[in-house]
Amino acid sequence: MAERPEDLNLPNAVITRIIKEALPDGVNVSKEARRAISQAASVFVLYATSCANNFAMKAKRKTLNAGDVMAAMEEMEFERFLQPLCEALEAYKKGQKGKKAASEQKRKDKKKSETDENDKSRDEEEDEHMDEEQDGENEGEEEDVEN
Amino acid sequence: MSDANMEEKVEQATSSKTISLPISRVRLIMKSSPDVSCINQDALFLTTKATELFVQHLALSSFKNGSGKETNTLSYSDLANVAEETETFQFLTDILPKKILAREYLKSLEEMKKEDGNL
Repeated sequence: MAERPEDLNLPNAVITRIIKEALPDGVNVSKEARRAISQAASVFVLYATSCANNFAMKAKRKTLNAGDVMAAMEEMEFERFLQPLCEALEAYKKGQKGKKAASEQKRKDKKKSETDENDKSRDEEEDEHMDEEQDGENEGEEEDVEN
Repeated sequence: MSDANMEEKVEQATSSKTISLPISRVRLIMKSSPDVSCINQDALFLTTKATELFVQHLALSSFKNGSGKETNTLSYSDLANVAEETETFQFLTDILPKKILAREYLKSLEEMKKEDGNL
């Protein structure tokens, strides 16, 4: 159960990224528009859930399944989503099957990735250094102009 | 950021196979619906994916029909317009009301009162 109303929001960063990906490059999305889309997405989830639940209840099932969600999309007249959803689900199922085999492999890789992460943080430190150096140069230039 | 890292990100963004919204949050929203008891894993995945497609669809339709094409902006009013005009987005009109000036609202309130008086 959701404790706070914010728990029913979707994460802003992810929503913003999805919007950016959908729109042509360089389009500015106002803060208000972003918030509105995020709220719309939450309402979409509720609407889809309620539609899907109706189909499950009609079939006297307690558990929502993939067919119910697909039927809900049709009912909501989002037929355009059916094809990409089918493809995504197939890929997801394949991934789930492969996961068991992969999880053991992952455990082996874990040690390796830990050392990788250490490398990453070192890279970031270097980046910061570079920025500082560049700032220093710029200041130098400004002084030259003044003189 | 290294090139390999960049490529990985681009791949994630373009492939339709992965999802970026958190499944746990979507489940929380679904479960907040009072009649829902159980949701199987596939249904949860599909709803999450559908929500992503919906966000893209809503953003793109609003931008295409919106007034900000020249200035490259997407504003709230574009969203409110598309919610009102497009049938599939009608369910959003309650949470995406059109903005009107207080002056206009007062005027329409006045008119409504007059009509009530006439009746």
